[in-house]
Amino acid sequence: MPYIGSSVKRIEDVPLLRGIGKYVGDIRRPGMVHAAVLRSTRAHARLAAIDASAALKLPGVVGVLTAADMPGLKTIPMRTGQIDGLERSQQTPIATDRVRYVGEPVAVLVARDRYVAEDALELVEVTYEELPVVTDAHAAMGPDAPRLHDAVPRNVPADFEVERGDVKRALAECDLVIEETFETQRHGAVPLETRGLVAEFDETNGMLTVWGPTKMTHTNWRILSELSGIPQSAIHFIEPAVGGGFGGRGEFYPEDFLIPFAAKHFRQPVCWIEDRSENLKALNQSREQTYRMRLGLRKDGTVLAMDAEILFDMGGYTRTHGGVPIVASSAMLRGPLRIENYHCHAYCVLTNKTPVGTYRSPGRYEANFVRERLLDMAAHRLGLDPAELRRRNMIRPEEMPYDHGKTPYHYTIYDSGDLPGQLEAALDHMGYEELQQRCTDARAEGRAMGVGIGCFVETSGIGPWEYARVEVGNNGGVVLYCGINSVGQGIATALSQIVADEMCVSIDDVRVVHGDTAKVPYGNGSNASRSTVMGGSAAVGACRKVKDKLLRLASAELEIDAGDLELADGRISAKGAPERSLDFAALARLALPGPALAQGFTPGISEEDFFATDKRPFPYGVHVVLVEVDRETGMIEILDYLVMEDVGRKINPMIVEGQMAGGLAQGIGGALLEEFAYDEDGQPQSTSFMDYLMPTAMDVPQGQFISTEDFPSPHNPLGVKGAGEGGITAAGAALANAVSNALGVEITRLPLKPGYLLELVDAKDKP
Amino acid sequence: MSTRDITVRVNGAERHGEAEPRKLLSDFIRDDLGLTGTHVGCEHGVCGACTVLLNGDPVRSCLMFAVQANGAEIDTVEGLAPDADTLHPLQEKFQERHGLQCGFCTPGILLTARALLRENPHPGDTEIREWISGNLCRCTGYTNIVTAIREAAGLMSEEEAAAASAPRKD
Amino acid sequence: MKPAGFEYHDPTTLSEATALLGRLGEDARVLAGGQSLVPLMNFRLARPAHLVDLNRVAELDFLSVEGGQLRIGAMIRQRTLERSEDAAAGWPLLREAAGFIGHVQIRNRGTVGGSLAHAFPSAELPVAMVTLEAALVLQGEGGERTVGAEDFFLGTMTTTLEPGELLREVRVPAPAARRGASFQEVSRRYGDFALAGAAALVTLDRDGTVAGARLTLTGSAPIRARDAETAVMGEKPSEALFREAARRAVAGIEQDSDMHASADYRRRACEALARRALAEAAQRAAAAMEDSP
Ligand SMILES: Cc1cc2nc3c(=O)[nH]c(=O)nc-3n(C[C@H](O)[C@H](O)[C@H](O)COP(=O)(O)OP(=O)(O)OC[C@H]3O[C@@H](n4cnc5c(N)ncnc54)[C@H](O)[C@@H]3O)c2cc1C
Ligand code: FES
Ligand code: FES
Repeated sequence: MPYIGSSVKRIEDVPLLRGIGKYVGDIRRPGMVHAAVLRSTRAHARLAAIDASAALKLPGVVGVLTAADMPGLKTIPMRTGQIDGLERSQQTPIATDRVRYVGEPVAVLVARDRYVAEDALELVEVTYEELPVVTDAHAAMGPDAPRLHDAVPRNVPADFEVERGDVKRALAECDLVIEETFETQRHGAVPLETRGLVAEFDETNGMLTVWGPTKMTHTNWRILSELSGIPQSAIHFIEPAVGGGFGGRGEFYPEDFLIPFAAKHFRQPVCWIEDRSENLKALNQSREQTYRMRLGLRKDGTVLAMDAEILFDMGGYTRTHGGVPIVASSAMLRGPLRIENYHCHAYCVLTNKTPVGTYRSPGRYEANFVRERLLDMAAHRLGLDPAELRRRNMIRPEEMPYDHGKTPYHYTIYDSGDLPGQLEAALDHMGYEELQQRCTDARAEGRAMGVGIGCFVETSGIGPWEYARVEVGNNGGVVLYCGINSVGQGIATALSQIVADEMCVSIDDVRVVHGDTAKVPYGNGSNASRSTVMGGSAAVGACRKVKDKLLRLASAELEIDAGDLELADGRISAKGAPERSLDFAALARLALPGPALAQGFTPGISEEDFFATDKRPFPYGVHVVLVEVDRETGMIEILDYLVMEDVGRKINPMIVEGQMAGGLAQGIGGALLEEFAYDEDGQPQSTSFMDYLMPTAMDVPQGQFISTEDFPSPHNPLGVKGAGEGGITAAGAALANAVSNALGVEITRLPLKPGYLLELVDAKDKP
Repeated sequence: MSTRDITVRVNGAERHGEAEPRKLLSDFIRDDLGLTGTHVGCEHGVCGACTVLLNGDPVRSCLMFAVQANGAEIDTVEGLAPDADTLHPLQEKFQERHGLQCGFCTPGILLTARALLRENPHPGDTEIREWISGNLCRCTGYTNIVTAIREAAGLMSEEEAAAASAPRKD
Repeated sequence: MKPAGFEYHDPTTLSEATALLGRLGEDARVLAGGQSLVPLMNFRLARPAHLVDLNRVAELDFLSVEGGQLRIGAMIRQRTLERSEDAAAGWPLLREAAGFIGHVQIRNRGTVGGSLAHAFPSAELPVAMVTLEAALVLQGEGGERTVGAEDFFLGTMTTTLEPGELLREVRVPAPAARRGASFQEVSRRYGDFALAGAAALVTLDRDGTVAGARLTLTGSAPIRARDAETAVMGEKPSEALFREAARRAVAGIEQDSDMHASADYRRRACEALARRALAEAAQRAAAAMEDSP
């Protein structure tokens, strides 16, 4: 039975279950000392002076570093999401003369242990000259707003437009134009493990070793080399076990420069484990967008035009992802709809808050909320059922592949799928009409129950390429070296399944190596649900080359034409004469330099492959949720929740559905609970888990998760579409629709805080 | 700062250490005892990653000073499995039911679940959720964790029943 | 997030503890369950020079019913209170209130005394103790004094405890017959401190009219709702009655605003919860009457 498609147990689990998995905080090096980062307490100020003399006198303190110790500091470059102009607002790893958000690194203290390092932090005196603060994106664009970066007028480092058809003309022809402003709040990935690094400089050979980089190990390897001037060949990055990523962890952050720098500077291994209060100020935040929308429809519900203006609050600097979320929002705002006339003007705006990056389903979660809300509003005004309105506008299977037209910075040709079919399947599964009846009955009793739909198209598997090398070891085992990373999602298991099937061996004979720059020369990491799509496809390519080599070796040894040999159960045998066969270990011996060279073969059984594509697959699906809201307290109870997603092909259904469930819980957190709030002075309000509210087991339902594989992607040999983001992406949309439905109001912002809901109810009750 | 001697029984074995009074029990377990399976996710009592059993009860090891544990019995995740080749039924079911992804929350949740099943060998889903509500998991959405605990409870009572009905040797 | 240094003291008797507190005065903080103090220390928002740990003082670890009255030692864990059959028999409000505190792991360490002494806004046990008219026994080196719960709480994290004093025990008066209790609260996330909450006790006369009522709301300190209590006295329980009482309960009360909810929201939610608490308490009192008229 093939491994692909079956829910094999994860090979990652046993050490993690026994508590012996090594996360970065579990790494101990001889002579290791501990760093703490002194962070700005001001949202916008000039750095007048830093006096660390008292800290340096504290016993146990190794030293203090500030920008003055790091001549020639460069800014951290964008690795993706480059939009012209953004490069003017990049961040140096440590503040030089000015701070632009609370939490910006100002100094690094290194001490015997973290306790002493924190004692020392308190002894450093920083003199700030306060500058005016702006925390609101709209205000930041105003003429009187303080300017964050001298080179960036209006605090808008970049803006761009997406245009298809003729929105103006189309809007004029509409029977109904809905105009509304929508907001999604700042929140973010916040993995349970905070960030951390251990860096060690070996003076004997000039090697700098860093444990902890993840997600984009190879990219960060290059960036560190560029910023530090140390050649990549003298840097070794090692990815340990990782406690969750979700887009936030593993980008090149200021500390990714500072900690290796400190290790080299002090000639001692340096460990830095971010604490949670730093984490909630320093980790990339995400999701804060404001949409000014116009949606135009005909009476029959046909959507004729969509016009959008999006403000993307980037915080104080442009980080490594550049404009990825806003690019995704502007491209994917149309989601599953056929909209012939579309215009979007997107603005990147700087404010005195923590810089932003991606969070699982970047830009799409926000856009789905906006579009799906607009559809429900339109349905209400036109007297149509929300499901019916969607049916009338969804791209049909016969229109696939569907091209949304030219979109700057984003590929938007949907590959395959039956979007309306998936909606029908989801509605059937949940018994949509019965749910609606239940809601009507409940309302008759004075209970506010509502049902909400959120449809989505995701995008995943971004290229441009991925690397894999497959090798057959001396014991006959197969090793895959791959350029993807693991952030806890089970990628090693999925890749093992692919390799085991391709090589016809037991999964126990496959090992996956990733995240180690000494063993894997190239990689593009794990983001945007790309690992299985890209890594898996590259692995398949390398396996095929290895098989070819095995056949050639066997053919020479057995003196049988390769066409008369077959691969099965870890051996190559003569067709029809299985006794004439060689196992992988024997073939590995034949590939040793002596025999191989004698036979005219390149020694070794090791083949590389790159999988490259400029296309992307588009998974799609539906959320349906039933809620009850307490009209007096604004408390929401989720009674039932379905996520259905077509993922093209399931390598491991258990992992796919686990991704959906995990994504949903995060989506519920984003829709109801999580928020990075700031006061007017730019002081962050959510600096502990008492205020940054991640959902507990009591806040999320058991849920129903159904993944389908009806439409494999034509863009890769496996047909996979990526499955990391379907659980989260329409959660804000579906929940907002359900709560709107329950209360008979129109929600236009997230999160669904109880006070906000009561305001909406009031506004509705007061005519 | 002066240090104090600390003696604890950890996973059944007596261990000694020396620590400043301010050293958190979580750090003592991880750094002084070398048991890094106990994780630290917030150090202010919300996430539950640092959960250990203190005299049998699940507690936050980040909200205790190591000196306070002097003389106590502590169980950490490293002591859950009966031996190096066998998993505890909870661990088995977590693997089978995909109750973990990144595994960072897992040690804390396993220990909370262990204590729950001692108190109530047959908890319903709501009770399971109430108990583990003190352990944040960012990856799984809890669905498979609840299933794994429920099924482990079943497995453990089957095993107990089997052990009870097996002929006694002594 | 590591605490600053401190001197650690672990007395084993009450007199040792009070002597230490007397000697160290304002420099010392009592350490009970640590579920509030240790987070504050880890954030370095609290940095006591001395910690006097009460965890080894056996004299503070008792829970008993004497002469109908419930006596709770300060170091009784919240989970012990929650699971005590004795406490639940006469004072079910305590079990209900304790169940709202954080999570099992928090309640395993957190103490009754710590929760009261810490006096955090919207904490459940202070609200419950005010409702139950509990008396708090405070002990210093020189002697003890007893303060009614209502007078003990002064505001956010402030009480009448003086430096050198500790909270030794809580005495909860014997329950009246035909009494019902209810604790209602809402929080943004399960186990978190309440956005709004209300505790009610209703005692019924044999004829089913209200013979006694207590209603307390959450706030920066527990808010006793006297007007509401008076409004229901002698009346037959009804939805309308409790609606009016709840309206009076929140009239003019102060509430805080923060990122989670406005003061106005907290008032409105308190109003709804007050009505529900009164109604449920009355229902339970009626049920108690049926059981033993
Ligand atoms: C994640 C989390 C969630 C929580 N949720 C809630 C909740 O929903 N509701 C709630 O009420 N609480 C909640 N708490 C707090 C918890 O209830 C604490 O246990 C309680 O507030 C303090 O009790 P403690 O025994 O832990 O006291 P400690 O933390 O040890 O002490 C708290 C303060 O009281 C003083 N103190 C303690 N005991 C005495 C005494 N006998 N005499 C004089 N002073 C004393 C200390 O000096 C200190 O200033 C939560 C805590 C956490 C970490
Ligand atoms: S680390 Fe202890 S509760 Fe989070
Ligand atoms: S498995 Fe990652 S936090 Fe739970």
